Amino acid sequence: MSHKTYEESKKAVVKGLFLLGFVTLIEVFISLFGKGHIIPGIKDIAWIAYPIGLIIAFLSIYKAYFIIYEFMHMAYEVKGLALTVLLPTSLLIWALIAFFQEGTSWKARREFVKEKNAKTIELSKKDEGFINDNLLFRL
Amino acid sequence: METTENVLHQHSEIQGGSWEGASSPFNVSYGKLMMWYFLLSDAFTFAGFLIAYGALRFSSPSWPVPDFVFSTAPFGIHNAPLIFVTIMSFLLIISSVTMVRAVQEGHRENKRGVIFWMLLTIVGGAGFLGCQAWEWTNLIGKEHMSVTTNPFGSHVSSGVYLDGKGNPSSETFKAGASYLMHKSEEGGHDGAHAEGHHALTKGDHPNAFVDESGFIHRKFKITSGPKTGKVETEEFGPKAFGALFFFITGFHGFHVLSGVAFLLIIMINVASGVYASRKNGYEMVEKIGLYWHFVDLVWVFVFLVFYLF
Repeated sequence: MSHKTYEESKKAVVKGLFLLGFVTLIEVFISLFGKGHIIPGIKDIAWIAYPIGLIIAFLSIYKAYFIIYEFMHMAYEVKGLALTVLLPTSLLIWALIAFFQEGTSWKARREFVKEKNAKTIELSKKDEGFINDNLLFRL
Repeated sequence: METTENVLHQHSEIQGGSWEGASSPFNVSYGKLMMWYFLLSDAFTFAGFLIAYGALRFSSPSWPVPDFVFSTAPFGIHNAPLIFVTIMSFLLIISSVTMVRAVQEGHRENKRGVIFWMLLTIVGGAGFLGCQAWEWTNLIGKEHMSVTTNPFGSHVSSGVYLDGKGNPSSETFKAGASYLMHKSEEGGHDGAHAEGHHALTKGDHPNAFVDESGFIHRKFKITSGPKTGKVETEEFGPKAFGALFFFITGFHGFHVLSGVAFLLIIMINVASGVYASRKNGYEMVEKIGLYWHFVDLVWVFVFLVFYLF
């Protein structure tokens, strides 16, 4: 555990302020850039949203790490304390991924149902028994 | 932190290990440990809300674009996407920094320093609340968003708006463009998104349909995709947007409010000398500092999810 002097601690606080402020500004800039406000037309690139999203998510996680470890002093606590708090929180990462995927799946299924409902299928007049049912099922 | 630790350190050196008693788990006081675990539980609550937001947003066919919805600021500023909310973020960051200074002064048993920095923290928190109140007033009062109504929508295909005679005008849009449905009652309001429209009567018009509540659903002709050529009206955006926005920012705002209240109470206690007599380095200030940093931390993620994504 590093015992900072009073002067060093005050300097560290100012550094923290500028760090957080700077990272926030970068995040906002990147987000606006991805939405096409800085260079028009960026928004039309279909795949741009994903890397932009990942970058700003990573920057936010870095801000969270800094706030927890420096401002909330976790870096100077016993490791066990940090683990009991942070390990359960890390379980949320999977929850996030799972539910975002779930939401995407709901949308895909709803569109599928809508698409199928809109189709009209012509029935053959001849009764061909279960073979026809099989075709209907696959349509 | 150092003061209690010194005491406990001596105890655990007397006997071997922590099972002999007279030492604290993780070498922190009960109050601080429990604050950490309360914050852990609160983090799960907020994570639940944000995950619900993500699931509902991904499942919606369209979603209002944040930089369109949140582009206003006080004093008549509009077309300034995300600027106001960035200022709110800075307010919380600065208040977190002043809180760290307050805790540092507390470790030095410097009563006046603690009061000074805590006062600045409270001002920052109250400023944030004021900004959030303005944001809500603007969304509810001017732009008529509520928990059940969301007048912000986005187009799913490209098209062109119809003019007063029902013919395609020069105003085109691409798929994914956002729109805000205005209400027809007000004449002469300088709402940020208002573009000088006149009071329309309820019912059908060549260029719009005005519903029972007065919302103007503008008509447009689709120019791409399977429905090309069809004339459609603007519809309300996903209801979930309004409900989620007010619920989550309201919940966070409630935490800021209670944080400011606690900061006030503890600052008054500092002034009265209660903590100086405990000789524990003003640990109470440190504990409420943890809560305040948590509030800032939650805002980092609310800001990310609602405004940046």
